[in-house]
Amino acid sequence: MKITLKVWRQAEGEAQGSMETYQLDSVAEEMSFLEMLDMLNEQLTAQDIEPVAFDSDCREGICGMCGIVINGSPHGRYESPVPTTTCQLHMRNFHDGDVVEIEPWRAGAFPVIKDLVVDRTALDRIVAAGGYISVNTGSAPEAHSTPAPKLQADRAFDAATCIGCGACVAACPNGSGMLFTSAKVTHLANLPQGQPERRRRVKAMIAAHDANGFGGCQNIGECASVCPKQIPLESIAQLNRDLIASLFRADGKSA
Amino acid sequence: MASTTLSVHQKALRSTVVKKAVMAVTGLVLIAFLLMHMFGNLKIFIGPEAYNDYAEFLKQDLLAPILPHGWFIWIFRAVLLVCLVLHVYCAIVLWLASVEGRGKTKYVRKNRKEQTISSRVMRWGGITLFLLLVFHIMMFTTGTITPGWSGGLIEPYDMFMGAFSNWWVVLIYVVFMVVVCMHVRHGFWSAFTTLGANVGAQARVVLNVLAYFAAALLLVGFLLPPVAVLFGMVN
Repeated sequence: MKITLKVWRQAEGEAQGSMETYQLDSVAEEMSFLEMLDMLNEQLTAQDIEPVAFDSDCREGICGMCGIVINGSPHGRYESPVPTTTCQLHMRNFHDGDVVEIEPWRAGAFPVIKDLVVDRTALDRIVAAGGYISVNTGSAPEAHSTPAPKLQADRAFDAATCIGCGACVAACPNGSGMLFTSAKVTHLANLPQGQPERRRRVKAMIAAHDANGFGGCQNIGECASVCPKQIPLESIAQLNRDLIASLFRADGKSA
Repeated sequence: MASTTLSVHQKALRSTVVKKAVMAVTGLVLIAFLLMHMFGNLKIFIGPEAYNDYAEFLKQDLLAPILPHGWFIWIFRAVLLVCLVLHVYCAIVLWLASVEGRGKTKYVRKNRKEQTISSRVMRWGGITLFLLLVFHIMMFTTGTITPGWSGGLIEPYDMFMGAFSNWWVVLIYVVFMVVVCMHVRHGFWSAFTTLGANVGAQARVVLNVLAYFAAALLLVGFLLPPVAVLFGMVN
């Protein structure tokens, strides 16, 4: 099928970019969206045009590396019948003659590096602020020594499926990273191993969230609707509960 | 910069989540006030005496003799004003954070999946209803704008009847109430979610249904008396 692509082109180090139009004449419906972009890049290389830079890694929907806004919707969620990552979106969801607009994640916290590639280290900085548990390394402890109730374990596991792709931030009208942050908080707050640092973690992570240029949450719900891992919106309520509760409890001496 | 010396606790205390919580609590106080105000207005259907006595009671006798006569209304106004100021202050700070969060470059194309109109007009709607609130207070509280009666503050029932016999006053209030109710529609759900009440998919449905119910109740309850007055169904 024939596809007209409008792709955001932005040279490295430039603050501005623009949409460029390219034609692809023989896109197969079995192609994944990224394979279609590979095809475009082969065509551009042959024409001596700089290929389009985009992020990808595992191409099986589990690494969180790929992520572009397709026709105004992160990961092309609007084109897909199911929650998806960009790499798991297939061209069968498009039709012959379609015009497809492709843009990078747009958020204050995600500066564009080049074309469709953005810098998402702001998410890493939130995790570095508290998205971990402090344990000594060594052999794995006996799992039965710390029982985790089924309900909490399920919640923790669901939240832990977050791949940190940043689609929630890209979808948010406020550029908020609250769904991402709340997934990390919910994951650890529901497990016994997460309890010792629970209060301090939520405070440190929200402080890092705000300090890294993310906006506040308005409970609109765009984030959860585009999340490829279906992190539920109630994760944000869990974060809110934990944060408010943490304010009324004393911390130990700070290191 | 002072911010580098803040402890984690202090940073958390100044976070967007705490500002949202302040907006949630103050917003819910204001919604409770609106429900009470709406219920009080319906006394117009009982008659001039019931309506005027009720207004007088609110101003002079509520909580008397615990409070001296005439004190309650000023405490009440002060509480509402504090709520409003905190609500607006947090909204402005969060708005600025949101502008930074969105970044400088806008999407060429946006295709939102989940948002409601109410959720997206919270800020401009908030500004609109603030301006209409000023208009409302200048009419019925200070007696500065007096459509339908000749100057100053008169008996509440007469002001009500006079004002709403003008079609354009009713029209302004219809706009006012639609904006208020859209604000309440998203605000009610958002406030409870911010305070952590959205515990699951079912809770989300329940909170949204309650939000629609509260907004619809306010819309109908507030618009019944003015519309009835306009069409001469109150006398």
